[in-house]
Amino acid sequence: MDIVILISQVIMSLALILCFVRVVRGPSLPDRVVALELFASIVVGLVGVYAIKSDVSSFIDAAIVIALMGFLAAIGFARFLERGGPRDD
Amino acid sequence: MIEFIKGTFVIAGALLMLLASLGILRLPDLLTRMHATTKAAALGVILIMLAVAMHFAEVGVAARAFAIIVFILMTAPVAAHIIGRAGYFVGSKLWSGTVKDELRPNYDPLTHELKSGHETKANARREPKESDPS
Repeated sequence: MDIVILISQVIMSLALILCFVRVVRGPSLPDRVVALELFASIVVGLVGVYAIKSDVSSFIDAAIVIALMGFLAAIGFARFLERGGPRDD
Repeated sequence: MIEFIKGTFVIAGALLMLLASLGILRLPDLLTRMHATTKAAALGVILIMLAVAMHFAEVGVAARAFAIIVFILMTAPVAAHIIGRAGYFVGSKLWSGTVKDELRPNYDPLTHELKSGHETKANARREPKESDPS
């Protein structure tokens, strides 16, 4: 099981790196918001895998909070875009 | 047996997240990128949370894992819809190979007004009804 956990952590770290490339390169602000939402999803997955690895079930609560914050951040950014805040992209 | 199912779910979830990241890196415009990330990442999180519920096999942990699954299933479409809407309104460019944009002829970005294409003068006027509150 440990080797499976290690492989999945490596795969998800690679996914985080690819996602971060899009956050840096993203031609406009909505692209970056989509990339940040994907970031939150991958971090939720990483926390779940770490809960399996360390056998501590309290990490699931942290995963719930991260999922909630990702959703609220996406909603807030979308409202900010629609209301026409300052843009430089 | 349960170890095997757990390992399969964890690896499949991680690979789906990698697929979502590849999609967000390689696809050409905002809407196709959202189409890649929303579904693949949601399914990846769901598979990993199922593996967590199987690993601990307690009622409290399984309930929390299912709470995350339901939350992801409810919020991923809403967030994708709202970001896509905001991206269209701020005028993000579509891919050059886009075949159809049905909103373009009916939507006026300056007045923020949407037409159905079937308005007549009689339809556009509002008739007061008896059920209206006075």
